[in-house]
Amino acid sequence: MIVAHLGLTDFRNYAAADLELAGGPNVFVGRNGQGKTNLVEALGYLSTLGSHRVSTDQALIRTGSDAAIVRARLEHGGRDVLIELQINRSGANRAQVNRVATKPRELPRYITTVLFAPEDLVLVRGEPSARRRFLDELLVQTAPRFAGVIADYERVLKQRNSLLKSARGVRNPELSTLELWDERLVELGAEIIDARADLTQRLAPEVAAAYTRIAGDEHRAELGNALSILSDAVDEEVSDPASARLERPAIAEAFRAALVRLRRAELERGLTLAGPHRDDLVLMLNGLPARGYASHGESWSFALALRLASAAVLRLDSPLGDPIIILDDVFAELDETRRGQLAAAVGEYEQVLVTAAVVSDVPPEFAGRMVRIEAGAVLE
Amino acid sequence: MAYEGIVQELIDELGRLPGIGPKSAQRIAFHILQTESFDTTRLAQILMEVRDKVHFCAICGNVAEQETCSICRDPRRAQNVICVVEEAKDVAAIERTREFRGLYHVLGGALSPIDGIGPNDLRFAQLMKRLADGSVDEVIIATDPNLEGEATATYLSRLLVQPGLTVTRLASGLPVGGDLEYADEVTLGRAFEGRRVVEA
Repeated sequence: MIVAHLGLTDFRNYAAADLELAGGPNVFVGRNGQGKTNLVEALGYLSTLGSHRVSTDQALIRTGSDAAIVRARLEHGGRDVLIELQINRSGANRAQVNRVATKPRELPRYITTVLFAPEDLVLVRGEPSARRRFLDELLVQTAPRFAGVIADYERVLKQRNSLLKSARGVRNPELSTLELWDERLVELGAEIIDARADLTQRLAPEVAAAYTRIAGDEHRAELGNALSILSDAVDEEVSDPASARLERPAIAEAFRAALVRLRRAELERGLTLAGPHRDDLVLMLNGLPARGYASHGESWSFALALRLASAAVLRLDSPLGDPIIILDDVFAELDETRRGQLAAAVGEYEQVLVTAAVVSDVPPEFAGRMVRIEAGAVLE
Repeated sequence: MAYEGIVQELIDELGRLPGIGPKSAQRIAFHILQTESFDTTRLAQILMEVRDKVHFCAICGNVAEQETCSICRDPRRAQNVICVVEEAKDVAAIERTREFRGLYHVLGGALSPIDGIGPNDLRFAQLMKRLADGSVDEVIIATDPNLEGEATATYLSRLLVQPGLTVTRLASGLPVGGDLEYADEVTLGRAFEGRRVVEA
């Protein structure tokens, strides 16, 4: 798929912007702070209903405005789809597909992006939560239904934690309903663990291939799921990948056993101590955990490999054609070799959007359509 | 955008009501102020009286102007079926269908630890008391089809295991008059689970 037209109203520093885009590479050039990233952030938002930079919507709305509007005309397989999202400062956001009102959560079905950004280094070096978010975001892109499953799981988790907290330090606590929340937690949690394991299996060969493509044949990049329900540790993060791929009933059984094992600790802490919310996606490089062992350059290669693998998985999966590849300021972070390898690897996708502060950072392969950005305005 | 004294007070009070945002509150306030025909005394009087006059039915927990509600007092209603709902407004919704001719039981909410609502805060014990003499042979659980409503339904279904009592749950699935293609996966999945044999 490609974005043929992007329109913004009161989004970040843009009062109004209209931009025609073409298939193949499109490069946005401008000094820092002029609004290059804001353009691609808007597209990323349509695709994942979240920003890769901030966790609340408030920052996306231009100062002094009540609402921001993002409008994108997409082409997939000769079909035109116009999707629009109004991000409101107060109240729910509103969405339209081909001028017909729809729920915002429907929008990601029409647009798929894979965004590479300087922040991606946390995928390798950061906390497990960053890797969980990476997996879950990709999971929702491949199977939109999981947005609901994940939201329900988080709700059950909140209910269960409240119940555990209310029982803390109380003699004869009222726990007759704990069993109910346990059942829902296990049911939804097992579904998430199972789906993440499936996705990890599909990602693994793509990550290995992408890593060797970027860094050379002698390296071996592997993925594994570290499951808190299989761990005895209460406080530590889980870091050992599970040795075998469990079937769904076995996952549920292990989950139930973990809740029994952890019951006392959970009541003391007033917290749910096992489940997909405490798992990790373990990245291994040549047999060692990348987090802690990989050098800066290797960490970058791994982060790029994860994004390239996501794109490959989505490409195999999507009925709408290739995902839109967005490279936000990443070339400046990479050495000459990695730049070239990355450019070659994404070059075959239908559309690639690149932002850069200086033209010389952009590999010559992308010397296609160039757009200059200055102070929240698009100069052709 | 604050108004002077009492006007702003009125807007603030209206805005405290559920479902009324600041803009609606302002609109209602100005309607009260500017519309000649609007009878403020009558509204004020009803507001004063409603708390004193209206009680909750001693049997089912529905709103009532007497000791018991009009449904519990009505001898024409089937006495052997009880439909369990979360709120009194759910009774009104089901009554509008005119499909159900049995009795109700209002729980007063759903299990939700976040809001501090446990089994002792809901009218489960009163329901068990009503079932004690064995005259009821079906309980229909009509709690909301969300996480909390489902948990409440499961809790209730375990409480209600007793000989001679059938426990049923309202079906969930496709909305009538809707299009299959517009249904979300969860609803459609539920509809598949709850499918039934077509009688030829």
